[in-house]
Amino acid sequence: MLKLDKVDLSYGHVHALKGISIEVQDGELVTLLGANGAGKSSILMAISGIVRPQAGSLSYDGTDLARATSFDIVNLGVIHCPEGRRIFGALSVLENLRMGAVRRKDKQDARADMDFVFSLFPVLGQRKNQSGATLSGGEQQMLAIGRALMAKPRLLMLDEPSLGLAPIMVQAIFKVIRELHQRGVTILLVEQNVRQALAVADRGYVLTSGSVMFGGSGEELRANPEIEKAYLSTVPEMKPQ
Amino acid sequence: MRPEARVLRLAPSALMLALLALLLAAADLWAGDYVQRIVIGIGINVILVVSLNLSSGFTGVFSLGHTGFMAIGAYAASVCTLPVALKAVNLPSLPGWLSHTALPFLPATLVGGIVAMCVAFVVGISLMRLKGAYVSVATLGFLVIVQVILVNWDQVTRGARTFAGVPPFTTIWNVWIWAALSVYLVWRIGRSPFGRDMRAARDDEIAARSLGVNVLRSRLLAFCFSAFLTGVAGSLWAHFITSFSPKSFFFVQAFTVITMLVIGGLGSVSGSVIGVFIITVLSEILRNAERGMDVGSVHIPPIYGASQILMAILFVLIIVFKPAGLMGGREIDLSSVIRRIVPRGWKGKNSPGTAKNGPGTGKNRPGTAKNGP
Amino acid sequence: MTGPELILQQLINAVSIGSLYALMAIGLAMVFGILRLINFAHGDLIMVGSYVALLLIVLGLPFLIAAAAGILASTLAGLLMERLAYRPIRGAHEIAMLLTSFSVTILLENLAIILFRPTSRPFPAPAVLHAVIEAGTLRLAGLDLIAIAVAAVLLLALTLFVTRTEVGISMRAAAQDLLAARLMGINVNKVIAAAFAIGSFMAGVVGILWSARVGKIDPLMGFNPVLKAFVASVIGGLGSLPGAVIGAYVLGGLEILLQGLLPSALTPYRDAFVFVILIALLLFRPNGILGSTEKEKI
Repeated sequence: MLKLDKVDLSYGHVHALKGISIEVQDGELVTLLGANGAGKSSILMAISGIVRPQAGSLSYDGTDLARATSFDIVNLGVIHCPEGRRIFGALSVLENLRMGAVRRKDKQDARADMDFVFSLFPVLGQRKNQSGATLSGGEQQMLAIGRALMAKPRLLMLDEPSLGLAPIMVQAIFKVIRELHQRGVTILLVEQNVRQALAVADRGYVLTSGSVMFGGSGEELRANPEIEKAYLSTVPEMKPQ
Repeated sequence: MRPEARVLRLAPSALMLALLALLLAAADLWAGDYVQRIVIGIGINVILVVSLNLSSGFTGVFSLGHTGFMAIGAYAASVCTLPVALKAVNLPSLPGWLSHTALPFLPATLVGGIVAMCVAFVVGISLMRLKGAYVSVATLGFLVIVQVILVNWDQVTRGARTFAGVPPFTTIWNVWIWAALSVYLVWRIGRSPFGRDMRAARDDEIAARSLGVNVLRSRLLAFCFSAFLTGVAGSLWAHFITSFSPKSFFFVQAFTVITMLVIGGLGSVSGSVIGVFIITVLSEILRNAERGMDVGSVHIPPIYGASQILMAILFVLIIVFKPAGLMGGREIDLSSVIRRIVPRGWKGKNSPGTAKNGPGTGKNRPGTAKNGP
Repeated sequence: MTGPELILQQLINAVSIGSLYALMAIGLAMVFGILRLINFAHGDLIMVGSYVALLLIVLGLPFLIAAAAGILASTLAGLLMERLAYRPIRGAHEIAMLLTSFSVTILLENLAIILFRPTSRPFPAPAVLHAVIEAGTLRLAGLDLIAIAVAAVLLLALTLFVTRTEVGISMRAAAQDLLAARLMGINVNKVIAAAFAIGSFMAGVVGILWSARVGKIDPLMGFNPVLKAFVASVIGGLGSLPGAVIGAYVLGGLEILLQGLLPSALTPYRDAFVFVILIALLLFRPNGILGSTEKEKI
């Protein structure tokens, strides 16, 4: 279980996170919603150990994350699929996936996982030896998720997987997210596509300017008129698959 | 502006100048040769660092080869001032009119500065387009080019041999007049709209361009003017030390000046001056150590290069612990210093900024620490 | 010697010197790719290896053993440099890191001057290295052939390393996107240390070959080679490994070409011309030959 308690984070004079308290139970899919700059990515960066909070505690299964190195945190199974995909463009699809599994000792299982990734994303299998830079945006996102899956995540953190993708790609990505969730992967999903996110989430938090405005179950959030007003009115109708 | 307010604003810097003049007079009249030489050395270094600050600190374009301009200034001015008789002996193949003239100090120094500035213009046109590491290496390449030319252009520079017999025109006064002038000019440029443009371009080139800042032109101007001052410093140094060779203007000298700049903090004029003082004093102490000294009954043997080693270590320490330099890009706020010394009420209304308030960075902007060295 | 033979002779010279530059430049490029650090102290690794080798030769050890020890010394020195000087400043501004590497250079060079005195010392290389093979009217120096062969072997090994081994692929990944590499759990410290180790090893090899070629060593001998290596990297595109190699051979060729073409009055200015050409190149291709020509779009 992931638990953040009153986390405070500042970049120089910019106070990015103010007293953030959230938690993610095993098997849940929790989504973080909020406008740009609300602090969603900062939370993930703090969890991954890339930035250190000034106050508050972060723990996963009892291990203090604020004191752990990024390397240790990945070894705990907390895998961060960053915003903007950030795949290794100069490396091939295959090499990217291998990099995802680099910390793992169980090479046999890793190979099995690669087959699983190719079954989720057949197009990656077709482009196995192509360099990452030649893939389309949607394919790169698939590769990023696949690479994260190769790390055998116990907690998978996805930062805006639908960003900049065509609607049909977004649907495909969320289909995969739903399937992973059904397979029992714990997921922390940061998204701006509120409709799709709420359609798959068990619970969610809404962030504004570094603080949690409210949190609740998926249904509560879907029914909440505030969210309806703020976000959904401008998002085109899309039926969850 | 009300006359009283104007006087109050100028008071701190007038005070500073008066104090400086007093100190210099004291050094001139009573100090021994050794101290006088150090005072002159500090003055020259101040010019070098302040002009490097103009070029690198304000624009963010790090010139590693500025020492090349010092060399150009030194040689150009010295060729002008060398007595005709000496020229016949040491530089027999100088072109006609040069070999028959010996200019006085000021015109020769100006010549040094102007020649350096012209070279900077030619070099700058190509270099100022480059970015980051590329431009730094290109300026290093410039230094190498200057070195190669100095070593090979025998007729004018005597090649790798020592260029001696330069008349010792440099005095405490003319060095420090130039130094004060340089500090003032660079500081004023920093506060001008031109200076703001430069710093804007340094912090975010794309944003600055979109606001209409002509980045290339502002960098080129800063580069050229700073080359002028550096050339002047070269001339002053040449007429202080009276003999030198191309080796005097290479890698180590460049690094020394850069160290002083970084210790004081880029973009801060007062920081530059502080940096010069610290390094010069430390170097002198260490130079004595290099000759070996006795501490009580223990004899410390001569350590070659001790001053350089210590400077290198100091440099690393500053970069690790205080990357924005000691001043962090800000200037000494003289008004607050005076406010603390002088009882309240004497100055009347608190003037918002005094003469020494530096290039627009009263507060720490979020990006300042990042914009350090 | 006929025309084509002259060209062939000069070509071999160019490839030989280019090989040395390539081995140097690769070390620089590997470190720059991952850390964005221009390690000027890389040149001093040549010096460290050469002095250690010389010490052992003077003590009577056979040349190969001394050379191996020298190369090992260079490798260790590079790892030490990384651990002590560069790890603490990781993530600092590009220029800060560059200047720190200057500091390290000054430290090393002055230490060497203190230990070994500033005058140069002769470096005795075994006769085989100075052998000259005559093929027709061509004169091939043993050193040239060895340099070319060694470089070919090492470059091939390196290529296999970065494409087949996990550490090697991790290195390429880290050079591409250090943050993403960290997020994947790539042990960044290990990867960086490996990059330094490999680069320093190559520098050590260059040290032995360079010292044998020049015949003497001195504490400041590293400055020129690292500058050349850096120019080579810039020509080919900073941070790119193939670029470093290509740039190195272009530089070697350029030097030989200028040496031959410049009128004798101007040959001492050869290095100046090389830099002028470099600056001109940067104007047209600001990111080197293999770099992109795209200007930033606003």
